Amino acid sequence: MSGLHYHYDVPGDDFTRAGEASGAIKSALKKLGIPPQVVRKVAIAMYEGEINLVIHGGGGEIDVDIDGQRVLMVLTDHGPGIPDIGKAMEEGWSTAPDNVRSLGFGAGMGLPNMKKYTDEMKIDSTVGVGTTVTMVVNLA
Amino acid sequence: MTLGEVKTVLNAQLLCGEELLDHEVHTACGSDLMSDVLAFVKDQAVLLTGLMNQQVVRTAEMMDIICIIFVRSKEPAPEVVELARQKDIAVMTTTHRMFTACGLLFGAGLNGGVHIE
Repeated sequence: MSGLHYHYDVPGDDFTRAGEASGAIKSALKKLGIPPQVVRKVAIAMYEGEINLVIHGGGGEIDVDIDGQRVLMVLTDHGPGIPDIGKAMEEGWSTAPDNVRSLGFGAGMGLPNMKKYTDEMKIDSTVGVGTTVTMVVNLA
Repeated sequence: MTLGEVKTVLNAQLLCGEELLDHEVHTACGSDLMSDVLAFVKDQAVLLTGLMNQQVVRTAEMMDIICIIFVRSKEPAPEVVELARQKDIAVMTTTHRMFTACGLLFGAGLNGGVHIE
């Protein structure tokens, strides 16, 4: 399989559209014949990340690279940044406002879910500048 | 059981996905917290929820869930049903509350699909 690249701009002001990019990637991976369990892992990890871009990052960008070995996802925002990444990775710890919880998210499960479903995950964040989350799911 | 039987057990109203009623399902989950649904990658065919937004459909899409059941007579907005239709996901609504709806389906043979140690 030759390398494929996908780029998505995720708007920060429309929660109803959160998940469009992840849905598109899921369809693309399915069409490539990638096993359903792998497709689901990519879709869940990216979707949680996409939700985070909208909830916390004020929107952002997602770049996905697929080759014969792995799916690489890079999610970037220019939001407030994460002061304590270790804390953010704890299940149940969240800074999401109450209105996000009423939408079914913001329970502090997003980052732990993303880590759980990916083979590699790295968070680079600078307070006041933004956050980049890099995730890899191996195909084999 | 089939989705048609699920509909009968819950005395549910089908809002979209007529063509899926013959589809066999074995597992379900009930939650208003989508991240909890997303926390288990194993097959979950049916999602029961009281949450009423597009992210319920998106969550179902990511998880390969083929049927969403809104409990306690909640009527989803037309755009929620339309999104589900686009994604080939059946949508039902039942008058039962969450606990009762889950109990009825469990009693009829659906299970949770995951074992938490």
